[in-house]
Amino acid sequence: MSAVTQLPAAYEGEWRLPSRGRVAMFGLITGESAIFTIFVVAYVFYIGKSLSGPMPRQVLEVPIFGTICLLSSSFTIWMAERAIARNRVTAFALWLGGTICLGLIFLGGTAIEWHKLIYRDGLTISTNLFGTTYYSLVGLHATHVIIGLLMLTIVFTFALMRKVSQQHAERIAVLSMYWHFVDAVWVVVFTVVYIIGR
Amino acid sequence: MGENSLPLPGSMDVAQPRGTARTVLENLHEWVVTVDHKRLGVLYVLYGIFFLLVGGAEAVAIRIQLAVPHNHFMSAQTYNRFFTMHGTTMVFLVGMTIIFGFANYLVPLQIGARDMAFPRLNAFSFWLTAFGGLLLYYSFIGGGGLYGVGSAPDVGWWAYAPLTARAFSPGHATDYWALALIVTGFGTLGTAINIIATVFSMRCKGMTMMRLPLFTWLMLVDSSLTLITITPLTAAQFMLLVDRYLDGHFFDTQAGGSAVVWMHFFWIFGHPEVYVLVLPAFAIANEVIPVFSRKAIFGYPAMVAASVAIAFISLSVWAHHMFTVGMTSFSNAFFVLSTELVGIPTGIKIFNWLATIWGGKIRFATPMLFCIAFLFQFMIAGLTGIMLSIAPWNWQLHNSYFVVAHFHYVLVGAIVFCIFAGIYYWYPKVTGRMLDETLGKWHFWLFLIGFHVTFDTMHFVGILGMPRSIYTYEPDRGWNTLNFVVSAGGMVQGIAVLIFAFNMVWSYYRGKPAGNDPWDAWTLEWYTASPPPVYNFAQDPVVRSRRPLWDLKHPEDPDWEYEG
Repeated sequence: MSAVTQLPAAYEGEWRLPSRGRVAMFGLITGESAIFTIFVVAYVFYIGKSLSGPMPRQVLEVPIFGTICLLSSSFTIWMAERAIARNRVTAFALWLGGTICLGLIFLGGTAIEWHKLIYRDGLTISTNLFGTTYYSLVGLHATHVIIGLLMLTIVFTFALMRKVSQQHAERIAVLSMYWHFVDAVWVVVFTVVYIIGR
Repeated sequence: MGENSLPLPGSMDVAQPRGTARTVLENLHEWVVTVDHKRLGVLYVLYGIFFLLVGGAEAVAIRIQLAVPHNHFMSAQTYNRFFTMHGTTMVFLVGMTIIFGFANYLVPLQIGARDMAFPRLNAFSFWLTAFGGLLLYYSFIGGGGLYGVGSAPDVGWWAYAPLTARAFSPGHATDYWALALIVTGFGTLGTAINIIATVFSMRCKGMTMMRLPLFTWLMLVDSSLTLITITPLTAAQFMLLVDRYLDGHFFDTQAGGSAVVWMHFFWIFGHPEVYVLVLPAFAIANEVIPVFSRKAIFGYPAMVAASVAIAFISLSVWAHHMFTVGMTSFSNAFFVLSTELVGIPTGIKIFNWLATIWGGKIRFATPMLFCIAFLFQFMIAGLTGIMLSIAPWNWQLHNSYFVVAHFHYVLVGAIVFCIFAGIYYWYPKVTGRMLDETLGKWHFWLFLIGFHVTFDTMHFVGILGMPRSIYTYEPDRGWNTLNFVVSAGGMVQGIAVLIFAFNMVWSYYRGKPAGNDPWDAWTLEWYTASPPPVYNFAQDPVVRSRRPLWDLKHPEDPDWEYEG
């Protein structure tokens, strides 16, 4: 064994590393994308393969309003992010509250849509192949919206208690990455379910 | 088998001796609540070795059943359960846990960090994986369900539809299987994200991406591949549960669903999974071979590029498991060619390892022996892989023992051999004591002989037409002697693994003290004490080359003068 002394103590130049929160969220989004890809592929593959009704064209209505709300929530959370980066806590709470409201409106829209599908059209997850793939894919996305809303609500509660400040800006930025992802997935789900699949 | 010859996780304290003696309960409590990456790494590996013995016992039982024709050692039902549990255990509870154990322990040390990026997520991921394993094995007790039918899952580790439908798999065995894999899958996802974040964001000063030790580089590639490999399986398992519990129709052919879709989804996971398991084996070889050849690794950038290439190509080869399903000629041709493409980056790696050994001053210690065997065996496994990738050849041999021989050549001949190499190499760092070399040589030679007797012979049984997954066979097929030889080899491997388990325990108490750097190695983990203190490094290290300890030991001829 050679005599081990000391490694150099000083490093010349600047040493910068990426934020671990952002890297990890990016990893999570990559993994989640793979899950969604499988469900989307299953949906696309099974379009028109149902042996019995009801068929998508007969029962699906395009949820324009909910979609607009969800997509605008990406804008409001971006504004919230900007506000907290400048330490404007009240503005942050307002924009965040707006984001949560928009998310809730979207979820409400899904609830009304599902209620109509189940009770008026008699389409459940076990009715036919369309029902199985539709409820799984839209339900998987809605689950992600709910998880996102829970996290946003926790942050909102802290904001109301005045426990959030500029030092949390990075964490909020990471959370908003997740929310943007949920929105982006909706664009895919919307296209596949309500445009291609109808 | 000797499951009980190993200490329980937790009773083995590798931390620095403290002044006051602590009770067993206090020790155990510390291990359960720990968020230290080194302790979690040890827990992962011990957990994996425990299940290696369980899965090995299942393999031994399978081989006893097949040793002679018309054997009644176990029923057809039990046999199906055993090969299902053997496969599932070895892939998810042994392979994944041991490789992530290595990554957990070594990645922060190699990059000069004090812990993983998210220590609590790390503990959470381990316990998810651990309880997933318990859930799978609980099926032996709980799988019967209200109907009192079935016990452990018996659908094969690939679980093809429609065998998994409620009509054909009543009871809860299949549900335990699906839920256990979802739970361990989330654990794996958490760890993979953690490793990626650690490598990108926790490096010590001077540790640029092109100075990362190759072990860490490959673990980064491996974790990235895991992100998009495990998740499709999780998605498919959710679909299976929707089918089983909510009367869905994903894989229900009577309602327009498709059983082939399950096959695609399973192998979209299943084939990259092989690379998820083998990349860490390469990672270990990348550390062991240079140190025991006394040369820096040959072609560092090429090794990194080849690993990334393997990860990418592995995503486009899955349907070579499905040539006999009846795909279009175009699909067949595509998957033949994409599969053969994997041979190029793997070939680059083999040549680089050979070039590293070439002209080196080789020390034939146990880790190096395992790595040399790995090189030969992985070569052969690659060649039979190329044979099987050719569609017409595959039509002939699909689902025969030739396929079983091929993938065991990869999983045992490459991965298990490298894992053993890794354990012999890093055990001194973890415990502060060397594993016994004499026992190690016995372990190596017995395991090598047992391995070749079993799996070389298995190729011939396969070519003679013996299908896999059958619980017995007629005496007039000409498979009797060969099967007996295969089984005998299996027993030799079993004995070798028991020697290894004994060595692990014996050396922990009686082994030669190791010191910080017993192998005269070059990466940062050998810079700190053995076992490393909780905080790893008293001072954050700073590095200037790929081999910081070489620079230290040879200030007259440091690496950083040559690296660009």
